[in-house]
Amino acid sequence: MFRAAAQRAIVKRGLPGGISRGFCSSRAIAKEIELFVDGKAVQIEEGSAIIQAAEKAGVTIPRFCYHERLGIAGNCRMCLVEIEKSPKLAASCAMPVGPGMRVLTDTPKIKQAREGVMEFLLANHPLDCPICDQGGECDLQDQSMRYGSDRGRFAENKRAVEDKDIGPLVKTTMTRCIHCTRCVRFINEVAGTGELGTTGRGNDMQIGTYVQRPLVSELSGNIIDLCPVGALTSKPYAFSARPWELKNTESIDVTDALGSNIRVDSRGEEVMRVIPRTNDEINEEWISDKARFSNDGLKRQRLTTPLVRVGDKFEPTTWADALGLVAERLTKTEPSRVRAVAGDLADAESLVALKDLMNALGSENLAIDTMNSSRAPAYGVDIRSNYSFNTGIANLEEADAVLLIGTNPRHEAAVLNARLRKPYLEGTTQYALIGRAVDLTFDYQHVGSTAKAIDALTNDEHAFSKVLKAAQRPVVIVGGAVGELDSGADAMAAVARLAQSVPALVSDSWNGLSVLQYAAGRTAALDIGFVPNGQSSANGQPKFVYLLGADEIRPAEIPNDAFVVYQGHHGDAGAHLADVVLPGAAYTEKSVTFVNTEGRAQLTRQAVNPPGAARDDWKIVRALSEAAGMALPYDDVNALRARMADVCPSLVHVGERESTSAEIAKLGVQQLAEGGSGRAGSLDSGFVSAVADFYMSDVVSRASRTMARASASVAKARSSGLVADDASGQSTSEASA
Amino acid sequence: MMRPTLTKVARQLAARPSLAMRTYATEGGTRQYGGLKDQDRIFTNLYGQHDFGLKGALKRGDWYKTKELVLKGEDWIINEMKASGMRGRGGAGFPSGLKWSFMGKSSPGRPRYLVINADEGEPGTCKDREIMRHDPHKLIEGCLLAGRAMLANAAYIYIRGEFYNEASNLQQAIDEAYKAGLIGKNACGSGYDFDVFVHRGAGAYICGEETALIESLEGKQGKPRLKPPFPADTGLFGCPTTVTNVETVAAAPTILRRGGSWFAGFGAPRNSGTKLFAISGHVNKPCTVEEEMSIPLRELIEKHCGGVRGGWDNLLAIIPGGSSVPLLPKHLCDTALMDFDSLRDLQSGLGTAAVIVMDKSTDVVQAIARLASFYRHESCGQCTPCREGSRWLDLMMARFVRGDATSQEIDQILEITKEMEGHTICALADAAAWPVQGLMRHFRPEVERRLKDYAVGSQIRSDANYHPEQTIATV
Repeated sequence: MFRAAAQRAIVKRGLPGGISRGFCSSRAIAKEIELFVDGKAVQIEEGSAIIQAAEKAGVTIPRFCYHERLGIAGNCRMCLVEIEKSPKLAASCAMPVGPGMRVLTDTPKIKQAREGVMEFLLANHPLDCPICDQGGECDLQDQSMRYGSDRGRFAENKRAVEDKDIGPLVKTTMTRCIHCTRCVRFINEVAGTGELGTTGRGNDMQIGTYVQRPLVSELSGNIIDLCPVGALTSKPYAFSARPWELKNTESIDVTDALGSNIRVDSRGEEVMRVIPRTNDEINEEWISDKARFSNDGLKRQRLTTPLVRVGDKFEPTTWADALGLVAERLTKTEPSRVRAVAGDLADAESLVALKDLMNALGSENLAIDTMNSSRAPAYGVDIRSNYSFNTGIANLEEADAVLLIGTNPRHEAAVLNARLRKPYLEGTTQYALIGRAVDLTFDYQHVGSTAKAIDALTNDEHAFSKVLKAAQRPVVIVGGAVGELDSGADAMAAVARLAQSVPALVSDSWNGLSVLQYAAGRTAALDIGFVPNGQSSANGQPKFVYLLGADEIRPAEIPNDAFVVYQGHHGDAGAHLADVVLPGAAYTEKSVTFVNTEGRAQLTRQAVNPPGAARDDWKIVRALSEAAGMALPYDDVNALRARMADVCPSLVHVGERESTSAEIAKLGVQQLAEGGSGRAGSLDSGFVSAVADFYMSDVVSRASRTMARASASVAKARSSGLVADDASGQSTSEASA
Repeated sequence: MMRPTLTKVARQLAARPSLAMRTYATEGGTRQYGGLKDQDRIFTNLYGQHDFGLKGALKRGDWYKTKELVLKGEDWIINEMKASGMRGRGGAGFPSGLKWSFMGKSSPGRPRYLVINADEGEPGTCKDREIMRHDPHKLIEGCLLAGRAMLANAAYIYIRGEFYNEASNLQQAIDEAYKAGLIGKNACGSGYDFDVFVHRGAGAYICGEETALIESLEGKQGKPRLKPPFPADTGLFGCPTTVTNVETVAAAPTILRRGGSWFAGFGAPRNSGTKLFAISGHVNKPCTVEEEMSIPLRELIEKHCGGVRGGWDNLLAIIPGGSSVPLLPKHLCDTALMDFDSLRDLQSGLGTAAVIVMDKSTDVVQAIARLASFYRHESCGQCTPCREGSRWLDLMMARFVRGDATSQEIDQILEITKEMEGHTICALADAAAWPVQGLMRHFRPEVERRLKDYAVGSQIRSDANYHPEQTIATV
């Protein structure tokens, strides 16, 4: 029922193969034609649907099944319009525009038809709006105000449908379903996991997962937004708030490095839910389940007051005492033995402030919270294109050959994986993967599990190298964890050698060599040079460790006699190591800058206040600097941002993606190529997954009950064989390649 | 001395005194239709008295000089089909020659398909199955010629799953044809390669809709596709496809052999040809018979079916074209001619020419309610008006059968049918709506009488008998 072919014919905006186009230029524009909607002339691309033309003309056509990012079903029949000289009404979502077409959207005939459709939809729809979570933001409710009758004529018994259990995230009330099939199309087209479908026919048609299996897609929550009625609602949010009670705050997601745009809906001091905001450059209008559902983690395991370790217990204390204690130890320690570690969720403001404080102390002993925190990532920080996602997320749609190295984008950046899948549906792109074979929701060739396979491609020892080297827009995506491996430098050198052998990879109009970071705070840390350098390892064991939200750090890396300060918002692994805990603010509680993996700076906005005595992170660092007698020269956030602009101008260019020129990028590749040790066997080790459990990858999601349930549900589905295990993904085997 | 032609006319008139005559403004005089002679029959083994296999088919003239017909090329075939005035025999009556020309002449890089719609599921219709079990070679030869006309690479015959014997006979015939070199590589020695495949459906009425059929053939749920794009451009597996009815294709070889003008000589203008009529219901001898188009309905029944049970005056109503067209009450049946245009003028339709006869013993409300039940069951569930409307109609009709309704609800049900009609992807909603409309148009007094009876009766009936969820289908 997914009319990929039909859909392509109708909303075909793709480019004809092989046409070269500028890196930053706008998309190729199809021929424009003119038509008239209610007498108003509209110019629109050939192949668009009438409903799009009407949108352009400022005429809103009611719809349920049509969604601009999904295939066309044309089944709700709400969007019927009249086309002059056509006897039958046409579904405007499915009818392509024609030159000179005269479309009428507001005639008595159309009104009658829409009223008819509305009556049919309401006939079997339970009128339980007062207890329905969709109430207040329901398409059916809104449109029935315009096209519905004030009383029903349906004197028969209403249909009742059993609810389906499709996992811990999405609640179903299938009696409310109006069979628009948006959810089915989303799961099959965008998410690509294909659990949802229709069974039965006619009035007995049901939407479900066939055999009661749960949704395992990392994007499943989006069907809640897509559902125009209350059939699919958020399970954790059920019966907890009404949309009109909520304060909406536009913000940025930090559960992965994409920086998906979100809206945080809060009531009082509680974040009730998180929903996506449209940003075509990044997340379109999807967000991952972790971004959407981990918000209950913001209420648990929180650090609300400064704590000082007394024996084997933490004692609450005041900010003044805590800061005084930390400042005292800080100033007494030899500067080079003071180490600061930047965590995954650290914001750019606090990173800059902390680095300034460290430098003021005279320490350069910085680290980031990786598997090997004492060693700098192999991609280095000298050239920005070496560690950022140069291709741009939106440009992935144009790729014609994609090679993934040491990354599982489905877990590390679920929304990006959906973007990667888009050209797959068009059938124009070929994929290959080096690393652990996982189910990526699209077919790929598995070139190998170790970094040796990279050289195999460079030396044309694998069939895919021909594809990659012949491609016009090749993309090589390297996992952020690759550079953090013990053999990272050698692996990156192999990547660089491959990059140099693929002619179209880096050019003036295209940069296909991308590093996919997995932590929201990572790119900013690299941008400001918050990485281990010579001093970090040269001066022996640190005596003072400052953990800025660093929870992934191995306890073995912290000497027993070191004084540990943990600044962060959750009592997770890092806090357990601490002697003093300074309670910080989570991303919903502060207005700060995060730089996504593309290098795009974006601002979160404060939706609620930090709990208890917790404070904004950069303010804590600023207060500490004052307590230590070396006050940082900024008193408010504007002054701090001015300092950030000095350190790294891109940090304050909010919303912009700044690309590196081809010359510099090539220089960066050359630098990587020279970076390897060249030791024999250095490419033999495999890759390590940066995100072991998608649902529990950071302090917020680890504290979230919902995420724990989701994780357990997927694990159960895997162990019972209902869904394919990661390892037995749908890849083609090495042998066949 | 009386001229022979006049004698003939006089004899015919004497034989059928009550015969209706129809004058066409476009025509010079009056002409009567019907009485197809044996030598003009296309389907000469309709009743299976002869061998259905290749030997028998060759005896009946099938596969005679097929190579020459193939070699005459696509333009000649299409022009002959256009000249014959053949209108599609699947129900919609679209001119076949025109349809066969829609695919154009080239589709670079894409194969082209002919799909035969053998999913004959319309209640009352039983014409295609007779062809497939008794005369399958006509269909196979027709596939080759139609396929040649549209430059198709292969034909898929989508046969209704319940037709086991038909599929079996058809497959045997295809195997024979392959063995004899009539189809396959270098079909009939013409240098043209053409394959024929049989695909058995799984039993859904909606799969008789051309795009649903294509979906089903592709292995998906049989749900009609949106048009545009039309199958002629993007059909089976995304390739140019033409879907045609069995009877249309099976008649094509004979038309091409005998000439389009021969075929055009039968029937009223724009409704030419011979046609298989399947008559069922309250007649003495139900049958499927090939007759001339535009034959008067009454003649069809009296000549071939031994008349209505209990005589013509015992007739109540007739559904002239399969379950999806509105019924005709007796007074319209007296004069109705069996062709597309005449029946359309009577607000009904020829459809598949499946004549369902109902005599006065019929509970006509229940009969239509049964049809409403059928359409509720067969709606695919895609479009809102059909999915919701067909159930609504079924439930309301069930109440009308008992009389448990108000007379305002008659207007309401008509309004519902209007809301369904023409608002959906395919025509199933229309098919569900029309029988109800026909009933209310012609038998409203009967329905109202029933409502009144029930209102009186309900005063003495206890509520225990009230089963609002029970429909005819579930009783």
